[in-house]
Amino acid sequence: SGTSVYAMVAGLPAFASLTDDAISAFTGGAATGEGAISLTAPEIAENGNTVPISVDAPGAAEITIFADGNPVPNVATFKFGPLSASRSASTRIRLAKTQNVVAVAKMEDGSFQMVKANVKVTIGGCGG
Amino acid sequence: MASGAKPRVKVPKTAAAGDTITIKTLISHKMESGQRKDDDGNIIPRSIINRFTADFNGQNVIDVTLEPAISTNPYFQFDAVVPESGEFTFTWYDDDGSVYDTAKKITVS
Amino acid sequence: GNWARLAAQQQLTQDQLLQFDTFGNVSLIHITDIHGQLTPLYFREPSINIGVGGNKGAVPHVTGADFRKLYGIKDGSPSHYALSSGDFAALAQGYGRVGGLDRVAMVINAIRADRPDAILLDGGDTWHGSYTCYKTQGQDMVNVMNALKPDAMTFHWEFTLGSDRVAELVEALPFAALGQNIFDAEWDEPTDLFPPYKMFERGGTKIAVIGQAFPYMPIANPRWMFPEYSFGIRDENMAAMVEEVRSQGAECVVVLSHNGFDVDKKMAGVVPGIDVILSGHTHDALPEPVVVGDTIIVPSGSNGKFVSRVDLDIRDGRMMGYRHKLIPIFSDVIAPDPKVAALIKAERAPYLAEMAEVIGRTESTLYRRGNFNGTWDDVICDALLSEREAEIALSPGVRWGPSVIPGQDITREDIFGVTSMTYGEAYRTEMTGEFLKVVLEDVADNIFNPDPYYQQGGDMVRTGGLGYRIDVSKPQGERISNMTLLTSGEPIDAGKSYVVAGWASVNEGTEGPQIWDVVENHIRKLGTVTVQENNSVEVIGV
Ligand SMILES: [Mn+2]
Ligand SMILES: [Mn+2]
Repeated sequence: SGTSVYAMVAGLPAFASLTDDAISAFTGGAATGEGAISLTAPEIAENGNTVPISVDAPGAAEITIFADGNPVPNVATFKFGPLSASRSASTRIRLAKTQNVVAVAKMEDGSFQMVKANVKVTIGGCGG
Repeated sequence: MASGAKPRVKVPKTAAAGDTITIKTLISHKMESGQRKDDDGNIIPRSIINRFTADFNGQNVIDVTLEPAISTNPYFQFDAVVPESGEFTFTWYDDDGSVYDTAKKITVS
Repeated sequence: GNWARLAAQQQLTQDQLLQFDTFGNVSLIHITDIHGQLTPLYFREPSINIGVGGNKGAVPHVTGADFRKLYGIKDGSPSHYALSSGDFAALAQGYGRVGGLDRVAMVINAIRADRPDAILLDGGDTWHGSYTCYKTQGQDMVNVMNALKPDAMTFHWEFTLGSDRVAELVEALPFAALGQNIFDAEWDEPTDLFPPYKMFERGGTKIAVIGQAFPYMPIANPRWMFPEYSFGIRDENMAAMVEEVRSQGAECVVVLSHNGFDVDKKMAGVVPGIDVILSGHTHDALPEPVVVGDTIIVPSGSNGKFVSRVDLDIRDGRMMGYRHKLIPIFSDVIAPDPKVAALIKAERAPYLAEMAEVIGRTESTLYRRGNFNGTWDDVICDALLSEREAEIALSPGVRWGPSVIPGQDITREDIFGVTSMTYGEAYRTEMTGEFLKVVLEDVADNIFNPDPYYQQGGDMVRTGGLGYRIDVSKPQGERISNMTLLTSGEPIDAGKSYVVAGWASVNEGTEGPQIWDVVENHIRKLGTVTVQENNSVEVIGV
């Protein structure tokens, strides 16, 4: 059971508005579509300090990742070069608590695509 | 962190011309976020890898900006096309100005 | 009541228990969640096992008299005693102990006499949970299980031996160690040590067995003990493995799973092409399989209490039919296999004197299984409160641990049966009321989240000195209310700090005496244990 995790205490303020601001900064306030970008993340993080995520947006020039429950929402930006075979990438990120991971792609035509995935960060469970 | 940041990469040794190959990279680095406190309550200053690039024969594959939310020992996986035989070069840029790099050759048949 | 007398009149025989009309062309034998139990024991099934979401009221979330009614089981019958709660102490007097790997071996021998090439599969949680298993770091279980000649195994608590020890034991196994969901954490790739599946050819039929280890290992257990590995359900990879084995000619696909029952049920609906899921981890025992689409799910209990036999008729690359029996291991009825009995005796001999030492005696049934506090947990929480001088005690809601019946001595071995683990340090710390609520809410969501993929297959964290109300129908953050400090009757204050003692922390570097020593000291002082009814948790929304 998660009977003694001292490190992660709930009650952090909501940082969602910071994320909205960061997204606006990336898109210049343009509307974002959906459906042409996918984000793969675990439903439950095995470890909030290293959560595997993958993004894929065919036709993207760049993809930027946010975590809306972290004190600083920005996570990473992938810019794809001429020898990039697919507009996809995987990495591992830190999530301070249960929250949404947000991926926004800037497409080659200048439009934007967005997708979110909720990741549960738990302090522990009990076993059978 | 200038010493001891060890890069490791996985690149296939061979491929057919125009093939898509998957590349995986890791570098040992603690990625100090700048948000942790030491035992005396003082903020531990930020010290991270802030940029990673992969190039093939001088052309770019991927260029990544890293923030402190990237985990310890940054890991990336991505796909590249290989038009001809040549060399991948991988470069990591540290906050402290250090640059780490490694290269891998691939033979295209 | 007079169940004891009735029970004695039942005249169970080994032939009756083993009776089976051999069917089809393939036999599977499943045993799971033995938890280090080499010798016969008592094990009380839960009286509370709440199902949520789509599994509300569905088996295995039916207990006691409701369970017996559902399956047409007569009160006082052997099946009542083996499969359900109610009149446990009396029935235990009559029917005696269950399990014992020498008895399990005898049952396996008998099945192999019918079907020499039956496939024996161990669902994991095998190398954990007893005094000798702790002292030998799993070697006793490995030695005895090897004598049973399993064909494959998957894993959960084994990993709490630490990845080095696991690798050492697995490398020496004369059978397959499977886990399609055991990945190398560094490169996110399958491992060589734990292949995803193994193909068997039996009765002219190709059978694939795919392993599924416990998906939430790094959350439910200390991940610092096995940092090299990553787990997860990985149902997409499971689907890919099913396709792969089918393309290699598998006519029958068996998943040896440590997912837990509700997760298996969901996975059977998500991943097509699985014929049989042999289900472990949640310790459920059902007299017949649960069918989801074309998949049969077979849960086989825990602690060596049951062996499942599943005969399959595989023709033209398809499962045309099955016959199943959940065989209860009544230890006074089934004769021990002499070779395995001798082996168990030898494994136990070096530790026998220290294990057998009597620490106290109980007038109450001591058990654990159930969604909320069992009486063993109450004793452990009391021990933490008094020995560690705490206001509140927390004890993990694990599902293992044999029972002790009224009038029995409590030995050191009995205490290890409910506490043995590689991270048993009993910590003492301060927690705010707010943090205590977070802990309760968090654990509750790991049990009562309506989506089975969020359920970790344990029970609620046990509390001492702390009462609360739980509405299992609410979402995370809204389930727990009315938290009360029992000594004063005062509501828990979110901003106030409380002295909390607990054990089985998943955090590295946790300090404190071992929990079995804490419990031993407490029971020694009590002499005789009597557990009062515990009404400190009010459950609503069921
Ligand atoms: Mn178990
Ligand atoms: Mn388990």
